[in-house]
Amino acid sequence: MLYREAGQFKTSYAADQAMLPIRQDRIALVLLLVVAFLGVPVLGSDFFLSSIMIPFLVFALAAVGLNILTGYAGQLSLGTGAFMGVGAYSCYKLATYFPDTNIIVLVLASGVFSALIGVAFGLPSLRIKGLYLAITTLAAQFFLEWCFIRIEWLYNYNDSGAIEVPQRMLFNIAVTGPHATPTTRYLVILSIVAIMTLVAANVLRGRIGRSWMMIRDMDIAAELMGIRPLRSKLSAFAFSSYYCGVAGALMVFFWLGSAEVEAFDINHSFLILFMVIIGGMGSLTGCFMGAAFIWVLPVIIRAIPPFFGLDMLAATTEHISNIIIGSLIIFFLIVEPHGLARLWQIAKEKLRTWPFPYASS
Amino acid sequence: MESAELLSVSNVSLSFGGVKAISDISFNIMKGEVRALIGPNGAGKTSLLNVINGFYHPQEGQISYRGKTRKRMKPYQAASSGIARTFQNVALFKGMSTLDNIMSGRSLKMRSGLFWQMINVGPARNEEIQHRKVVENIIDFLEIAHIRKQPVGKLPYGLQKRVELGRAMAMEPELLLLDEPMAGMNLEEKEDMSRFIIDLNNEFGTTIALIEHDMGVVMDLADRVVVLDYGRKIADGTPTEVQANQAVIDAYLGVAH
Repeated sequence: MLYREAGQFKTSYAADQAMLPIRQDRIALVLLLVVAFLGVPVLGSDFFLSSIMIPFLVFALAAVGLNILTGYAGQLSLGTGAFMGVGAYSCYKLATYFPDTNIIVLVLASGVFSALIGVAFGLPSLRIKGLYLAITTLAAQFFLEWCFIRIEWLYNYNDSGAIEVPQRMLFNIAVTGPHATPTTRYLVILSIVAIMTLVAANVLRGRIGRSWMMIRDMDIAAELMGIRPLRSKLSAFAFSSYYCGVAGALMVFFWLGSAEVEAFDINHSFLILFMVIIGGMGSLTGCFMGAAFIWVLPVIIRAIPPFFGLDMLAATTEHISNIIIGSLIIFFLIVEPHGLARLWQIAKEKLRTWPFPYASS
Repeated sequence: MESAELLSVSNVSLSFGGVKAISDISFNIMKGEVRALIGPNGAGKTSLLNVINGFYHPQEGQISYRGKTRKRMKPYQAASSGIARTFQNVALFKGMSTLDNIMSGRSLKMRSGLFWQMINVGPARNEEIQHRKVVENIIDFLEIAHIRKQPVGKLPYGLQKRVELGRAMAMEPELLLLDEPMAGMNLEEKEDMSRFIIDLNNEFGTTIALIEHDMGVVMDLADRVVVLDYGRKIADGTPTEVQANQAVIDAYLGVAH
């Protein structure tokens, strides 16, 4: 009812091409950002921040990365976990070699390495499509995992084989390492994720994003429009892997604190792929919805029995949560194969025409 | 009509394994004309367009475009040299809106770099608006303003064909190849499409090569017609000449053995 665009006329192409052409959407986004930047840190407990919000944001960023590749450019990848690992290990090495450099710069720089590796493993996409391409990216996953174990240089010859995050300061406040508070870490991650999502949205609606979607929808016609498949596909791999790499670096430096190769295994690749599929291919909002669905919902379900004073084994709640999430995934995919973002969009369309559902907008 | 030769195909042969799709075909397209390619099914018309486009590389013969003889060429190189194309079975970008589909035709004309695109100000934004104006003109020309924001996958077939023409127009091509632009359309839609093709040719001076099965349309639109049968050229000339040609009549109606 409140969601009406009546009377909002566009008088210039600039206004028509705005990211959020409907006023209510803009207000909602501002409110969301205010809550995220002010409300959550003030009201949220340390547990809420470090076990729910921080991982949620990390996975959402990785999902944005995979969605650029799979949802927008149409190239299926199962190497997300490994690309995140490349980001994390490069960030660790960079932090070792440049101890005085601002950690944010290092995190953003580590994505470059993962982009390069992504381009290398994206080369088969010029000849192979669909599920077959997914299998070649699987090779990336296993090869990189092997590197993370065997190349001891990557973890500075630690006996444990793990990378441990050193303490780094930003404006005299500890942002990484054991002394960094969840609030600081949350705010740093939130800022990076917000800015990178905005950048992704900009690129996706411009010439480059369009060229990815052209390749996805009809590669032959795209080539006839002057798109070079090589450049377009590899740039999608680079861009996507950059995002995954930064997400990986954030995951280790701002969430886990230390990580071994298991943090980047194939399960994580699948986890992020599920987030993209459940959230919605080709939708940035969907990435956040998918990440919330797959990561936050189980935490909430697990917290319900203790909340009502029920004494239940941890394993039992774990199983129950798996059952519920599994059935919800099936339910949502039957109701709307295009994901939560699409359901959200349909709901908005319905609201726009309510109470006259036959009126066309 | 100007009499400069825009494209000439000489002695082109193309085969897939043992199957000869095109054998020894030569013809030319003059600047500013509407050239029709006709022939029974399987005559090699679409293969010929694919050769001109750079999808297929002929085993023999050569193609010269704007007086320059072409070597092996990729489709995107053909695009940047000013050849646009529509497809027999609509090849639109189904996940994108009408507007984005036509905007995609402007890809080659957009120049702004990654940095500006990332922050979406300055050159990237201005460029987008400037090209949007061109695209809106095309949308007006084709009378598809009402479906501007709709995803093309859900549009009726006739409109999809029109959007595809718009996408090719957005490239501002010198040579436009239309592969059965009127297939599966009713009379009214055919009339609309013919009107767009004539206007495109007259007002924008675009040279057009079209494949079409509706003889009425071909005879009305085309300046000159090439007739193919079993991969060979059997006739070439003005519509009236071709209509009177015995080989053409035989190809279409069959001959008694």
